[in-house]
Amino acid sequence: MAGRDEQITSAAVAEGRSAASGSDPRIAAGICALIFTSTLIGGALLGLVIESAGDFSGAAAAFDSYLFRITRFTLWQALLSTLLSVVPALFVARALSRHPHFPGRSFILQLFAVPLALPAIVAALGVLALYGRAGYFAELYMRAGAGDWPGIYGLSGILVAHVFFNLPLCVRLFLEALQTVPTDQWRLASQLGMGARPTFRFIEWPAMRQALPGVAGLVFMLCITSFTIVLILGGGPRATTLEVAIYQALRFDFDPARAVVLTLLQILLTFVVIALLTRLGANTTGETNLSVSQRRYLSIGSGEFALNATLIVLALLFVAGPMGATVAAGLQSDLVRLAGEKAVHLATATSAVLAFLSALLAATLSLSLVMARRALAARRGRTDKRSLLEYASDTGAGLVLVVPPIVIGAGWFLPLRHIGGAFAVAPIMVVAVNAVMAMPFALRAVRPAYDAASERHERLCAQLGIVGWNRLRLVEWPVLRRPLATAFAFAMALSLGDLGVIALFGSDSLQTLPYLLLARMGSYRTADAAGLALFLGILCLALIVLADRLGKERSA
Amino acid sequence: MIADKPARQVASLTLDKTTFSYGETTLAFDVEFPAGKISAVMGPSGSGKSTLLNLVAGFEIPSSGRILINGKDFTATSPAERPVSMVFQENNLFAHLDVFRNVGLGISPSLTLDSGGHAAIADALARTGLAGKEKRLPRELSGGERQRVALARALVRDRPVLLLDEPFASLGPALREDMLELVAAMQIERKMTTLFVTHQPEDARRLASHVVFLENGTVAAAGEAADFFSADGPEAFRRYAGSAGSTPLASNAH
Repeated sequence: MAGRDEQITSAAVAEGRSAASGSDPRIAAGICALIFTSTLIGGALLGLVIESAGDFSGAAAAFDSYLFRITRFTLWQALLSTLLSVVPALFVARALSRHPHFPGRSFILQLFAVPLALPAIVAALGVLALYGRAGYFAELYMRAGAGDWPGIYGLSGILVAHVFFNLPLCVRLFLEALQTVPTDQWRLASQLGMGARPTFRFIEWPAMRQALPGVAGLVFMLCITSFTIVLILGGGPRATTLEVAIYQALRFDFDPARAVVLTLLQILLTFVVIALLTRLGANTTGETNLSVSQRRYLSIGSGEFALNATLIVLALLFVAGPMGATVAAGLQSDLVRLAGEKAVHLATATSAVLAFLSALLAATLSLSLVMARRALAARRGRTDKRSLLEYASDTGAGLVLVVPPIVIGAGWFLPLRHIGGAFAVAPIMVVAVNAVMAMPFALRAVRPAYDAASERHERLCAQLGIVGWNRLRLVEWPVLRRPLATAFAFAMALSLGDLGVIALFGSDSLQTLPYLLLARMGSYRTADAAGLALFLGILCLALIVLADRLGKERSA
Repeated sequence: MIADKPARQVASLTLDKTTFSYGETTLAFDVEFPAGKISAVMGPSGSGKSTLLNLVAGFEIPSSGRILINGKDFTATSPAERPVSMVFQENNLFAHLDVFRNVGLGISPSLTLDSGGHAAIADALARTGLAGKEKRLPRELSGGERQRVALARALVRDRPVLLLDEPFASLGPALREDMLELVAAMQIERKMTTLFVTHQPEDARRLASHVVFLENGTVAAAGEAADFFSADGPEAFRRYAGSAGSTPLASNAH
């Protein structure tokens, strides 16, 4: 009897597994996405290893004082940028939180979301237009009779641009932290008659301190992998980071051995930072979720109001300045001539096609991973451990951020140049790398909607036998249309503004808008560059606004 | 209108020494449900009612034992291929599809419907009192109407086993009354072997000819409804059901 039972048991389990798992096409899709991603990244790393193995002496020679210097500078500028972004942000966020009815508050918060949506190259140009040697500031300076404005290349330029990007981000993240303080605590504080100082000490600071490691870590990470800003605003060998050095070693010095060493160092550095960040529980995609305002019970003295207002206005000026300069300089350029230029048409078309394909790929990859993760989680028992595959489709996808795009580009560029194919595959590389880089963000847009829908529909689909294409068409698509559009628009904006991969692979025959912009800057056609920057900035901003709107309507 | 199929197949349902475990908990069911009758599945929360239905539907695979429908082993068959329809407590409908399509999916998972299919859907909607609401979306329906759509789909699917997992638990008394009537009418017409999970003894008395009472993950008692609700019904069941279990005039135990 026992023997028969056992037989039935094992047979049922074996058959049961196969019946329950069958061959779920969602899992197959996820596996394809993972294979694609790991081939892209793994291939790049393999290329680097092969390259360095072939020229070991060169690699060894690359460990010199120059390498030491740029590593130090990379860390140093990231540290300074982080400090200069985070510390003022603490006080600006507090000021904004204490004045829920500050005039134009919601406009300021919206404006603070803009830098994140702007391509780095546009922001860098904005900073130059304002503070550069030929910028608006220099003009004022000279008219005031104070002599020559020293310009902003080098460390100061990098810091200003990084703070321009990250200060508003930090403000929004800290403000979000402050909003997590329960209303009752504010009520209590006002009942106990807490003034500004005790309120800060007992309520505001503890809330922001919790968010501090994560926020600081995120900014440090963004600054350490920053490429475009350093490329444009960094001045020569004294102000170069690892990423820019990789690019220079490949495009100008033709020193692959050095590029390999630099790349490995960069990966090591980002890996260590990400590992620390994960330990700190940082929000590595920098998403904020601000509600409009909250009822507060505060009595604020006029002295404090003046101080807070000054802080807010200063931050506003600092953030709005480069944006205003971008617009002003862009409008001053010969927009009509630019709009008629064939090179501009071509670059716009190239950018549009590449960004479109890249966004399509990013949306497909993330949808595949989301579906596979969900299918694997549903198949697994409630108490079983997650399989390696499920882990890879979940947390693993976020790990692509460890590998900077320029590194992936370099890893493929090096071996491909032997066979003379580096520029032939350029469009494929641009599309693929940008898609993979946008994937973690796209995942965040798609996954909650898919999981919620699956929660409702999983058993129903199983019962009615709705699988594969039918399921995608009848069940998933109507629910996912909007979040997928959000992911798509976001990925497209990201790809449209990217300079990382195209800087390596771009050529006269493959020019995107950012690449053309860089070329115009290189040949000192600053007005053209300003006009293109305005155009590119508006394009990306429009896409992000669209993505945001689609996302909001979904949750409404 | 489709003509009623004359000799409808009536299916017996057996859980043959079925065990199922998750984590520390192990459930064991060894029970037979009479063919073509309504059986009420009752028992306290956590006693395994939903798990039992999920095992029959194929959403859970037993660790041992067999699921037999009309003597045929369906233990390892995928949910869609079992001769089983199930109506859940909620989320029975695709929120973005109208009533017609939600029912139509019971005929074809790709919604490819011929004229016969259209007629079957119209008939099922008429029988469930939903005629004229074909184009409504689930959010434009009341809770009771949504469950009617699920029942209409079970009608067009026309499978010999029907599982009802507390489908009317969230409805008010009057609506629940209507739904019970509808299920009773469906039963008389289709002779489906129906498992009806409910917490309400009066629902069970009203509808079921047979009761299976679960406790601590196993079948504590099973038998004719008449025996269950008599004064000398199973002790465990009387304890669970309280006064409504035996007093003929009690209307609501909870």
